Amino acid sequence: MPDAVSPTAAMADYFAVFGLPRRLLLDVPGLEREFYRQSRRLHPDRFARAARLDQDAALRQMSQLNDAFRVLADPIARIVYLLDLGGVRRRDERGDAGVERAPQVPAELLEEVFELNMALDEARSGGLTDPGTRRQLVQAQADFQEKLEVVDAALLERAAAWDRAQDAGETGGDILQQLSSLLDRRSYLRNLLRDVAVVLVPAP
Amino acid sequence: MAERVIGIDLGTTNSLVAYMEGQTPVVIPGEDGLNLVPSIVALTPAGDVVVGNPARKWLIEAPERAIYSVKRLMGRSQADVRDEIERFHFRVVEESGGEAGIVRLRLGERILTPPEISAYILRQLKRNAERYFGAPVRHAVITVPAYFNDAQRQATVDAGRIAGLEVLRIVNEPTAAALAYGLDKKRQGTFAVYDLGGGTFDVSILRLEDSEGESLFHVQATNGDTHLGGDDIDNLLLTIALDDIRGDLGADYFRSATVVQGLRAQVIAAKIALSTASSARLEFVLPNGKKYRREITRTQFEELISPTLDRTVPPCRAALADAKLTGTVDEVVLVGGSTRIPRVQQLVQELFGRQPHCGLNPDEVVAVGAAVQAGILSGGGSQDMLLLDVTPLSLGIETMGGVVARIIHRNSTIPASATEHFTTWVEGQTNVAIHVLQGERELAKDCRSLARFDLREIPPMAAGLPRIAVKFLIDANGILNVSAIEERTGQAAAIQVKPTYGLNDDQVEQMILDSFDNAEEDLRQRQVVEARNEAQLILDAVERARRDPAFATIAPAEQARIAELEAELRSQMASEDYGLMRTKIEALNDGTRHLAELMMNSALKAALQGRNVQEVG
Repeated sequence: MPDAVSPTAAMADYFAVFGLPRRLLLDVPGLEREFYRQSRRLHPDRFARAARLDQDAALRQMSQLNDAFRVLADPIARIVYLLDLGGVRRRDERGDAGVERAPQVPAELLEEVFELNMALDEARSGGLTDPGTRRQLVQAQADFQEKLEVVDAALLERAAAWDRAQDAGETGGDILQQLSSLLDRRSYLRNLLRDVAVVLVPAP
Repeated sequence: MAERVIGIDLGTTNSLVAYMEGQTPVVIPGEDGLNLVPSIVALTPAGDVVVGNPARKWLIEAPERAIYSVKRLMGRSQADVRDEIERFHFRVVEESGGEAGIVRLRLGERILTPPEISAYILRQLKRNAERYFGAPVRHAVITVPAYFNDAQRQATVDAGRIAGLEVLRIVNEPTAAALAYGLDKKRQGTFAVYDLGGGTFDVSILRLEDSEGESLFHVQATNGDTHLGGDDIDNLLLTIALDDIRGDLGADYFRSATVVQGLRAQVIAAKIALSTASSARLEFVLPNGKKYRREITRTQFEELISPTLDRTVPPCRAALADAKLTGTVDEVVLVGGSTRIPRVQQLVQELFGRQPHCGLNPDEVVAVGAAVQAGILSGGGSQDMLLLDVTPLSLGIETMGGVVARIIHRNSTIPASATEHFTTWVEGQTNVAIHVLQGERELAKDCRSLARFDLREIPPMAAGLPRIAVKFLIDANGILNVSAIEERTGQAAAIQVKPTYGLNDDQVEQMILDSFDNAEEDLRQRQVVEARNEAQLILDAVERARRDPAFATIAPAEQARIAELEAELRSQMASEDYGLMRTKIEALNDGTRHLAELMMNSALKAALQGRNVQEVG
């Protein structure tokens, strides 16, 4: 039953949609130009008078193009996607904003996270009346922000390394694993920062 | 498609229809020559449905026979509209569906759903276009607020179908405005559209790319509030007036529909006046004869509406954040009558750091944009423009513990899709239930329930073995389509959709059939009404002729014959047989021809000859 919405068992290859090799660093403006070029061709508006079969095909192709662009345009989503393609990450663990929720606290953060959670609990129950608690949370925020920046830099470096490995004809499987751990760490840090932000600036 | 595709702005307060004449958009006027058709629907005691300006008088004289701002009720449940209905005079009919069921309103002797009421407005616009072209019209593009959810969009498509229109595309109003603007300006850059209509508020951030002679509109983010608009400003003034009256004159008219509607008209006029004058007056004669009068200054007005206008700020900030802009937008486009208020223009400048662009008519810009899109779809004209719009709300499915798993994120470019996998828990299970929601909250109970899908006819297997891939596709209209396939057997699972807040397909089909009958009925009714009017006019003319000196000069036999024909016509007037009525009118015409010739009055002569009866003073 060929129609626009038939799901396919295999995962779509977003790199192939844009005729790009599987590399983690890419030229986003160039990607966007190609996205616009293909949109002009594939958009359902162009098929408003066509046969039903053609309309459905256009709908399917356009949604795939949109999905591909959305994923490849964002550096983190791109890495997550590549790991999915490589079978390194499990797809059914979903969290907010497509960021996978890491189940474990990264070992090296254990103590800091423990202290942070205590401070957060105190802040949540007693409010931010104690200036000491507030100071602690602001400091923690700065610390974790710094750690996040280190992780992002590491991700960029490992991504470049993976590309080099691909160019050299190597599999780079270990690099993929490293990327996966970095993503877990990043996800965890972002969640922490979000928790702190919510407590420091309560929603209106 | 040799037939034209029309673009329709189905507004809360006013509706319009437009089309593309080559590269030029043209707004199609109604019979009265006006472009704006008030979104008011009335049912006359004779059983005719009237739309637009003619309906206005019913709103004031017999409010139970009229409904306005029905857009605020589209795609919403009885529970949803409970608070809102308080401020309207409409009566909601309690249904067996209970609180969760679709809204049904009483209009005179009939009970109608919001899509049916909207269909009357659409049908009027369709007729206006057909009259203008001298040809049938069956396809349309209809606009909706960008922030409309799936149920509200579906309700609009349903209304179109009931009106006999195939809706080729549902377009977001700010995007339509952008198309109109882009047609006009063809300038690259980012811009914001601030759309404050009668009942809804939308803000969209777009990028306009111009390359190789083609314009591409790429929506970056959209946000809004589907219950915020000019109506709320009207209600503030109305409440003040009614409070005044209760306090000063000791009479409570909050429940009096006629007073409320009369005052409302006054309040709206004052509001409009305050956009150019520094003060305005409210004046109204109450049923008890007392006169209510009040001055309102612009300063007082601005203070009063400030909290309402402030509600537009968070959506604007959210959209700017989601669009990830670096710096200010290049241009701001204003849409909707309410943006004529000076304080609104000021607020827009503060929010976006730009003087708003006021070159386009805020009342017509959306209809023009709809026409541009209609042109794109009909393959004529604007082939050099393309629209990439987004879905305003995240789509999710309810998982264990009532938590929402988000599968398509807000501001994703549409069409957008996501595939999720499901399985069974029980041996031989052939059905799986899925609950789909829209919204940004974590828990299902805080989000908007879209529909419950039942996946059926799953091949029976051991528990956990089936691997059902469900594809969720949000199409170019922003409406959800779902399909499912069991991957092991490759068998498609049948899907039954139970929309939470809408009409199901059977109900719409029935309404289309009913409206078909009604269309015939409406047409017939119109013929009867027209014939009756014609009959009355000639009878009146003959009455006047009797008092003319010339009457006395004609033979008694002729006088008797005229009297006989009059009586025959009179007795025919109560019937529904307009054909027979016309025959009797003709007979009376012939019978008085001699008399007419005798009379010196040329106007009367024209009337009795049956020419231009309407022109008889």
